[in-house]
Amino acid sequence: MESNMSILIENTDVSLKYAAHYNSVKEVLFRNSAEEMNAHRKKALQDFITQGIPTRKNENYKYTNLQPRFSSEFRYIHEREPAEVDLHAVFRCDVPLLDTHLAFLFNGWFYEDNSKIGELPSGVILDSLENVAHNNPGLIRKYASLAQTEDDPLVALNTAFAKDGYFLYVPENTTVELPVQLINFLQAKESAYVTQRNFIYLEEGAHVKVISCDHTLNLNHYLNNSVTEIFAGPNANLEYYTLQNQHNYTTSLNSVFIHQEKDSKVTTLNSSLHGGLIRNNLKFNMDGENAEAFLYGMAFIDRKQHVDNFTQVIHGKPHCMSNQVYKNVLDDESTGAFTGRIHVVRDAQKTNAFQRNNNILLTDKATMQSKPQLIIDADDVKCSHGATVGQIDEEALFYLRARGIDEAKARLMMMNAFAYEVIQQISIEPLRKRINELVDKRLRGEVARCHDCAYNCEC
Amino acid sequence: MLSIKDLFVEVEGMEILKGINLVVKPGEIHAIMGPNGSGKSTLANVLAGKEEYTVTHGEVTYLGEDLLDMAPEERAQKGLFLSFQYPVEIPGVPMVNFLKTAVNEHRRSRGEKELTAGEFLKFMRTKMEMVDMHAQLTNRSVNEGFSGGEKKKNEIFQMALLEPRLAILDETDSGLDIDALKTVAHGVNALRNSGNATIVVTHYQRLLDYIVPDHVHVLYGGKIVKSAGKELAFELEEKGYDWIKKENGE
Ligand SMILES: Nc1ncnc2c1ncn2[C@@H]1O[C@H](COP(=O)(O)OP(=O)(O)OP(=O)(O)O)[C@@H](O)[C@H]1O
Ligand SMILES: [Mg+2]
Repeated sequence: MESNMSILIENTDVSLKYAAHYNSVKEVLFRNSAEEMNAHRKKALQDFITQGIPTRKNENYKYTNLQPRFSSEFRYIHEREPAEVDLHAVFRCDVPLLDTHLAFLFNGWFYEDNSKIGELPSGVILDSLENVAHNNPGLIRKYASLAQTEDDPLVALNTAFAKDGYFLYVPENTTVELPVQLINFLQAKESAYVTQRNFIYLEEGAHVKVISCDHTLNLNHYLNNSVTEIFAGPNANLEYYTLQNQHNYTTSLNSVFIHQEKDSKVTTLNSSLHGGLIRNNLKFNMDGENAEAFLYGMAFIDRKQHVDNFTQVIHGKPHCMSNQVYKNVLDDESTGAFTGRIHVVRDAQKTNAFQRNNNILLTDKATMQSKPQLIIDADDVKCSHGATVGQIDEEALFYLRARGIDEAKARLMMMNAFAYEVIQQISIEPLRKRINELVDKRLRGEVARCHDCAYNCEC
Repeated sequence: MLSIKDLFVEVEGMEILKGINLVVKPGEIHAIMGPNGSGKSTLANVLAGKEEYTVTHGEVTYLGEDLLDMAPEERAQKGLFLSFQYPVEIPGVPMVNFLKTAVNEHRRSRGEKELTAGEFLKFMRTKMEMVDMHAQLTNRSVNEGFSGGEKKKNEIFQMALLEPRLAILDETDSGLDIDALKTVAHGVNALRNSGNATIVVTHYQRLLDYIVPDHVHVLYGGKIVKSAGKELAFELEEKGYDWIKKENGE
């Protein structure tokens, strides 16, 4: 009780600020939003107040101090604001040969002029969540049921504020051949707080690949608190690629919830190439037999950047398989964390659950925390986890040098090799090539932006 | 070509080499034999530039320059090649990438134009035939999942690509089947000319039937305790090392 009290007190100021803010913008939040979304706000706020902005005393946020980030002054964006520029004119995804159904999001909102979506297979919907909630509320009946507000304060805060994001629906036995690409832009005249809420719904036997890219378009400070709920029906197949490429003054908080039905297969692959503070929550709920989940992640960070990946895989039914591979290369004074929780529930027999986290520290000042958490309540289970934090393999480095390859180049080859295990999992070839190039540039210490850098910055 | 004078080497505070003297001239083949743990690989690694070995005394001249002063890559670029006793696996570094980079680094250091991917592949194919290297091995990561013999073959394949002036073969024969041994020996001989030299570290006389040495040395307790012609190898094959040990007061 006493320790709870102290959390509450420490939390009070900044958390209360957010609660007060909610009350002051309540009318805006409810206005123009569908009942399906509004219905969750009140409880979400209460759940947020109960939990507060996480401090390091919150076991799940032990390695990431969010209090100072939330204490900054922001303009809170709660309404659709027109982009001042034509996003199609200022931005072109220049990955060669990457042909996609392309949609932009602007400060969390589905861009009103999304003219590059192209022709989707019949019945497939890619639209603004706000629109779908109004026009087709039946489709979002699972809204806020995968992401539970009582389990996480960031999810609670997102749900209290949520207005828009993207919505993707793929009907039964439909395959979307081209990947769906979402580019999430942040651009405001001043520091801004952004909320984005997405939903992906795959019916039975649906197949789709999604690429989600995060970009900042200027140097203002941003805090983006996004939540994505993903429902994968029986035998559905989803590949979900996320590319984080933002500047050093960005706080990027992403919570992704994936519900899997039987025989479904979901692959997630996150690349953190650049960002100030990144926290990725990724929670899988395997709720049908023979489901497969692959969780891949890689981060390349330097200076004072911070990346914290938190995964949770609940094996709720027998005969499921999950495999996690997370790799980080940390330079300068950067800091990283990985927490991988695997929960095999009672009677989830014949579970295979694997997890690995490998890290390379390039300096003495970079630090990495790695924490596996296995909770296994079934007895017929194959489970493994392993974490390494180390330097580059000196034996291998010597081998390369002994063949005439100079040290810097040899190191680079080794680091690329380290990342390659994750990169090779990208099944979209042009994307794989581009990420490979970006990683290579990043490891060379060059600025690896996915697009022409409009601002010559040191970040 | 190579001149080692009174070389003392320590690793982790232990003295392993205790005064090595050796002169290798262009065109020569030297065999170094000796019991396990006598310091043969240590000598090979020191020559290649491995950093964990500390030279406490002595000097090594290679092509008229101070070898010990050069980085490993510089030694390699100047034509020194070590075929490792235990080649490491490097998952994620594709063979072709690695080989092309190595070849081009050598070319660059000599002021030659780097090979394009196409040119390199062509060049590589000729060398693959020479050592009977399977194409599928070049599609993998460096040494990853290679059998013991395949690793050794891969070393000689790299040697064929880099065309060194001084090759040090550290137990390249162990792990090779009889046919592979012949192929490898054939490869080594084919690469020989009057301008280059080879140091063969081996435990078995057999290899020396194919790669015929001009000099055979016995390394024991960190020193070269005996040097003679190729007949010494036969004598060792027959009698083992006991008589050498006795001669050296054990
Ligand atoms: N990195 C190291 N750390 C500790 N000891 C080492 C190291 N390298 C070599 N040694 C020791 O030095 C001695 C000589 O080793 P070396 O590998 O040179 O022997 P060798 O003559 O090549 O033997 P073998 O015929 O078995 O290959 C051994 O006792 C070995 O344990
Ligand atoms: Mg040895």
